[in-house]
Amino acid sequence: MSTKVTAPSRPVTALSNADRLSLYYFMRLARECDAAIMKLYRQGKIVGGAYTGKGNEATAVGSAFALQKKDYLFPMHRDLGAHLVKGATVRSIFLQQLGRGNGPTGGRDGSGHYADPQLRIYGNVSHLAAMIPVAVGAALASSMKKEGAVVMNYIGDGGSNVGDFHEGLNMAAVMNLPLLLIVENNQYAYSTPNAKEFAAQRLSDRGVGYGIPAVTIDGTNVGLVYETCARAAERARRGEGPTLIEAVTMRMDGHSASDDASYVPAAMIEEWKHKDPIERWEKILTADRVLHEQNKKEMEAKIRDAIDDAVSFAEESMPPDGGKAAEGVFAP
Amino acid sequence: MPVSTYIDAIARGMWEEMERDPSVFLLGEDIGAYGGAFKATKGFQEHFGADRVIDTPLSEAAIIGAATGAALAGMRPVAEMQFADFVTCGFNQLVTNTAKIHYRWHIPVPMVVRLPTGGYIHGGPYHSASTEAWFFHVPGLKIVAPSTPADAKGLMKAAVRDDNPVLFFEFKYLYRRIRGEVPDGDHLVPIGRGVIRREGDDVTVITYGSTTHFAMEAADIVAQEDGIGTRIVDLRSLAPLDTEMILEAVRATGKVLIVHEAALTGGVGGEVAALIAEHAFTDLDAPIRRVCALDTPVPFAPALEEVVLPDTGRIVQAIRGLYRF
Repeated sequence: MSTKVTAPSRPVTALSNADRLSLYYFMRLARECDAAIMKLYRQGKIVGGAYTGKGNEATAVGSAFALQKKDYLFPMHRDLGAHLVKGATVRSIFLQQLGRGNGPTGGRDGSGHYADPQLRIYGNVSHLAAMIPVAVGAALASSMKKEGAVVMNYIGDGGSNVGDFHEGLNMAAVMNLPLLLIVENNQYAYSTPNAKEFAAQRLSDRGVGYGIPAVTIDGTNVGLVYETCARAAERARRGEGPTLIEAVTMRMDGHSASDDASYVPAAMIEEWKHKDPIERWEKILTADRVLHEQNKKEMEAKIRDAIDDAVSFAEESMPPDGGKAAEGVFAP
Repeated sequence: MPVSTYIDAIARGMWEEMERDPSVFLLGEDIGAYGGAFKATKGFQEHFGADRVIDTPLSEAAIIGAATGAALAGMRPVAEMQFADFVTCGFNQLVTNTAKIHYRWHIPVPMVVRLPTGGYIHGGPYHSASTEAWFFHVPGLKIVAPSTPADAKGLMKAAVRDDNPVLFFEFKYLYRRIRGEVPDGDHLVPIGRGVIRREGDDVTVITYGSTTHFAMEAADIVAQEDGIGTRIVDLRSLAPLDTEMILEAVRATGKVLIVHEAALTGGVGGEVAALIAEHAFTDLDAPIRRVCALDTPVPFAPALEEVVLPDTGRIVQAIRGLYRF
């Protein structure tokens, strides 16, 4: 299976070593959080469903790393790394996953379906593409208020076939809005492979239909993802409109915890294992002597502590009060 | 008090709110330079500028989605559907995003969607629909349906100021057919309150929008020809419903006729009837009756449309039937 990568890998020069370590940290943190979420799900403590972003960490973390505080993030369910980079706490992630009363939605919704206006994070709905027009609206409002902010929104290879993708991107292009739409092409929409989802050679080919720049990049290279998004964000900030970025990755787990993904050829998983975003970045940082045994150990301990703290805090927190289930349908 | 058409009253309400609050803006198809398919926003773009009166691509999902996103980000958008029929293309945004945001996120979504609704204009199956019942079933959406110019202005201003999404059903049939006194300045009609249009002790008619006018005509006829006193409740707001006013009116007459232009089955009238059955059963002296559109699409030819949609004659018959029961 070809990976359809068109943009060449380039060394990242704009990032300090501290930044490069941060990218590594957030990718590891996201993966470890995902693992803890799956564990809680299998223990029956997280109800409903559970999703991981394994394989997608470079895209989620690298893209959000290009954002400023004032920018808006409209992430998806495999973008835990983007949530964390934008400032979401590990505690809030687990409170939300466990549906706790003191969590971001107070148990009204699960997984990444929360919003934090202070952090300018607006999570997804299950109809993933439906958030694209909403992100366009945030870009419109931000642009009307002359905030100089950009809006970063994500969709999958599957979601990119929904009408909202077209309507949203077209409107953003016509209105020249500061939108970055990242298509995380992780090869499968649930069980349906790319070949049965679209006939275009690349999903970035769609950009020409909207008259906007579009690029396909290797979504497992965090440095490249960052650089591509940083440039697109600068373009948007200069008032030059939206960019479509297809980041090619692989969904290394099933669609959800209940999916064993047996329909994915074993060879394909093997191939992508060699492109694991965390290992790739680790090799580069190790070769550059930015990452070494000592700071790696410290980082791993920090991640472990953060997750242990968040899981126990969330487990000890109370479920929502059932007596309030009918409240809050309307704003007062 | 100045006299205005129904459509001018809607425009007046929007204009005043845009003057008052810079976060209010309009978006929709052909609303800017052209002034809207029905000219509700004529002159708005010249006055408020293209940044606040935004012509969009033909994209109902993107219009409603973008309004939702802009509301999340602190603006107060008023989105126009060119015809209420076309809200089907934006249905997912309204029910999946707009309606559920406050319950899930506790973030207000102050936005208005204008829906030019209904028939009696020979618009055929795609320009005549009454779509309010679809949204009536969705928690999180407020729905208003004014029948007079004064209410059109007052409800528009209240809708713009409300921190919730409000669907503003405006009746195309009434746009330029009716005129009425409209108070100047800050005239607000509270969302969720009905109004008694006519007092009477024999039969209560509960209605809203276009059919309010047919009910008023019918009430005149049965008063003159049969001496029947008809009490008319104009709901004005469908979500929330003015339950108290409905039940009081039922208790006053013991006989109830529900009238709306939308199709009978699954319509708002069914819920009103259920409320009455639950809370005022012992006050009823007759079965609840309904006069609504037939359960068909709204047909094009006048000879068919007039059979499908409710009219004054059918309301007269129903009132007489109830009176004699």
